[in-house]
Amino acid sequence: MAELRVNPTRMEMKRYQARYQTARRGHKLLKDKRDELMRLFLDVVREDKALRERVEAALADVYAGFSVAGAVSGPQMLGEALICPRAEAELELGTRNLMSVNVPVFRVRLHGDGSAAHCNYGFAFTSGELDAAVESLGGILGDLLRMAELEKTAQLLAEEIERTRRRVNALEYILMPQYLDIIRTIRMRLEENERGNTTRLMKVKDMMLAAAHRPDPGEDEDGDDPPD
Amino acid sequence: MYKIGIIGRRDAVQGFMALGFSVHEAADAQQAAHELHAMARAGEYAVIFLTEDYAAQLEDELARYRSQPTPAVVSLPGQGGSAGYGMNSLRRAVERAVGADILFGESLQPPRH
Repeated sequence: MAELRVNPTRMEMKRYQARYQTARRGHKLLKDKRDELMRLFLDVVREDKALRERVEAALADVYAGFSVAGAVSGPQMLGEALICPRAEAELELGTRNLMSVNVPVFRVRLHGDGSAAHCNYGFAFTSGELDAAVESLGGILGDLLRMAELEKTAQLLAEEIERTRRRVNALEYILMPQYLDIIRTIRMRLEENERGNTTRLMKVKDMMLAAAHRPDPGEDEDGDDPPD
Repeated sequence: MYKIGIIGRRDAVQGFMALGFSVHEAADAQQAAHELHAMARAGEYAVIFLTEDYAAQLEDELARYRSQPTPAVVSLPGQGGSAGYGMNSLRRAVERAVGADILFGESLQPPRH
């Protein structure tokens, strides 16, 4: 890793130690967030998968019904029958906060219940299959919207999980080792300075002792000079 | 109040008129993309259903709406039945989030004899 240029002072070291502690706390929090997001996400996906299987099967029946209805009464008639619906679907859009991801919640408000009895076509020129198809389509409306809600939720959660995972990894593998590295470098420099200081002091002391013990020309010689 | 839109071939989507969806017919993927963008720009649709045959061709266009809260663009099987596109996109979302496909794995394994 590239060496970072920092002042090898005690103050800098304290600062980096504090930053390292923050990073570690953040890393733990983000990891917990990621795990919880993952749990939610898997729940959503499981439900969505089951729902989609059901909806796709039901839709196949509905399409078959419309095909038959079109064949019996003619596509022209079918179009005319459907063009003026009495049911009107309106959505109320709410949001739900899942681990700080805002996901949509749809509430459908159906004016008229979408069943054949509420259709605006005359029964004289259309076939019974049309009524049945419209009825069953009305039946899966709730599922369709729930599915839309779940898929949107899954997409948004997937994105958030990806982002969180990047952050966790960046903290774990880049930032935190970097801080540790800086702290170690500073500590080593400080210790090195300390040792330098000690040796310098020892050296000075030796020199002073040597100066003190040097036989004065006027005094007796002790004979135990410290080595140079 | 938001509306629900659906885009697809005429025979696939006209039935949804009965539910009060706002039905937009598209003869090809190009037109479907055009409709989709127009609907998304208008901002009055919370959910836009799109038939699978077009959704498969408009992958890049759909990616644009993936990270926005609305509209939710959801693929539905068309008249020809499901080609598994919806499940596939779900699987891709799982792969993106988890890093590996852990829910659909069983369906991908070759059948045992």
